[in-house]
Amino acid sequence: MTKPLLDVRDLRVSFSVRQAGAMPWSRPRNLQAVGGVSFTLRPGETLGVVGESGCGKSTLARALIGLVPATGRAEWQDGADLIGLSARQMMAYRSQIQMIFQDPLASLDPRMTVGQIIAEPLVTHQPALPRSQVRDRVKAMMDRVGLLPSQINRYPHEFSGGQCQRIGIARALIVEPRLIICDEPVSALDVSIQAQVINLLMRLQADLGLSLIFIAHDLSVVRHISDRVMVLYLGKVMEIAPARDLYADPQHPYTQALLSAVPVPDPAHDPAATVVPLKGDLPSPMNPPSGCVFRTRCPRAAPRCAAEVPVLAGDRHQTACHFPGPFTPQEIARARATEAA
Amino acid sequence: MVIEHDKMRSLAARMAQPEVRGRSPWADARRRFLRNKAAMAGLVILLLVALFAIFGGQIAIWSNEELDFSVMGQVATMGHPSLENGHYFGTDDLGRDLFARTVQGTQISLLVGIVGAGIAVIVGTLYGAVAGYVGGRTDQVMMRTVDILMSIPYMFVLILLLVMFGRSMTMLFLGIGLISWLDMARIVRGQTLSLKNREFIEAARATGVSTWRIIIRHIVPNLLGVVAVYATLLVPLMILTESFISFLGLGVQEPLTSWGALISEGAGTMSYGTLWQLAFPLFFFVITLFGFFFVGDGLRDALDPKER
Repeated sequence: MTKPLLDVRDLRVSFSVRQAGAMPWSRPRNLQAVGGVSFTLRPGETLGVVGESGCGKSTLARALIGLVPATGRAEWQDGADLIGLSARQMMAYRSQIQMIFQDPLASLDPRMTVGQIIAEPLVTHQPALPRSQVRDRVKAMMDRVGLLPSQINRYPHEFSGGQCQRIGIARALIVEPRLIICDEPVSALDVSIQAQVINLLMRLQADLGLSLIFIAHDLSVVRHISDRVMVLYLGKVMEIAPARDLYADPQHPYTQALLSAVPVPDPAHDPAATVVPLKGDLPSPMNPPSGCVFRTRCPRAAPRCAAEVPVLAGDRHQTACHFPGPFTPQEIARARATEAA
Repeated sequence: MVIEHDKMRSLAARMAQPEVRGRSPWADARRRFLRNKAAMAGLVILLLVALFAIFGGQIAIWSNEELDFSVMGQVATMGHPSLENGHYFGTDDLGRDLFARTVQGTQISLLVGIVGAGIAVIVGTLYGAVAGYVGGRTDQVMMRTVDILMSIPYMFVLILLLVMFGRSMTMLFLGIGLISWLDMARIVRGQTLSLKNREFIEAARATGVSTWRIIIRHIVPNLLGVVAVYATLLVPLMILTESFISFLGLGVQEPLTSWGALISEGAGTMSYGTLWQLAFPLFFFVITLFGFFFVGDGLRDALDPKER
């Protein structure tokens, strides 16, 4: 087996949060946004990351790219640990890892032309490149992502959302990275445009042999693009599995609840039989539950869940749960009954 | 192979297409500004005042230092504005040509206004952008410094400076420059804080663009709208400050003069029936201030991103 492109071990990100109106000398509270995430990413592979809002998906992406301080290890293929690198050492890897952002228009500087925006990573990483070459490469890249190269002098506000996202993709690809982190790249787009952008990403990935970390909350999009899927809840990994296995046979109660909430385009389908209701809301990450973070909402929670943190177990299909396995119809019925009560 | 060939050819054709010129946000703002009648009127006034300051000296028959002995002593009766003896604006109390003096006063006042605002724009923008973007302890120290400087009654300090170190143009510029950037720094810092977390800044950081370059290439151009508006409002403020100082007799010294000094002299001789000595400098002073305020308002409307 080839060496993974990225091997992340026990990645943690925490923020200190000062309570509003607190005294300036009081100790800020700790918010653990990502609490020990481990995964590997092989060259050319797409890892989907799903989870509710606030589960640490975007923070994970920002930590990998060095935008927020993190602890743990993120070992690149050549053995360097991306987390511990100084800003200067990190520069070499920044051109290897690029990012695509959620809001296509907001991620482009409104005062710069498209050509300047796309060229920025190139100019940053290869300052010696002559201008005419930069321009040619920008134009070639624009053509590659489906933009007219003649529009190189236009400004972001003159493009539609889908075109802006193509500009974002062109900017990410111009330095020929090996890994692209896509932070909800399509959630701000229309469904028809989503499909275009996703297909563009998949085509470029196949052409260039890229690895993708694809963050989304749309489960069907993730299923379409991912080789493997990681489910996050409150900054912890609940389940990692090849996409097909995860969607066909989810083991973790949370994954099952999440998947059962996906609308089924079939009028004969009865949601009452399959949808697993979850109790309550996402707990505050400032004060996460003991043991398994999901236990407060899990229909299958037992005393052991509060006492012991479940570890990711399994070979290809890994689950962090003391009692994995699909829900039985009785469990669903019981959960619905307590929900109704 | 054939397909590849076709592909290459079509790519070459698309690459060779003439580049479309984009409409920059600046061009949009310029268009909106040009449509604003009040702002354009203000701009025309300012241009005329500037032309007056630059070329007025060539029209003047008398220099600003010469005393016209024929009107000396009987200014109230002989020194009124007239085309015959070349005193277009009349003479001042000593018989000096008021036209030439007004030209010079306009030069000095505009210079003070523009230099003062210029210092504010450059220092204030960079200071505020650095404080806002770097954040944390740097921001705390930088902004508390501004707070402390602001809490000092600046007019008092300015007067003290001028009294202690002598009254000179350099001292005046220094004094005005010292205080003018404080407000600008605060405004720019606030704007920077709201820009800092926008995704395009994050994108630049993620790709490894240096902090200084982000400030210069991304933060400052996006701030320029606010800065431009504030700067046009700052110019009249600087002129007013200088005029006030000159009115007190601490500003520019003879033989130099400024609007403030001229108005002060004119006000002093108001009761002797030589009203033109007050009216002409005051007229230029007032229309210039109006011009700047109208242009400032127009810029604010034109650069408002919501007015698309």
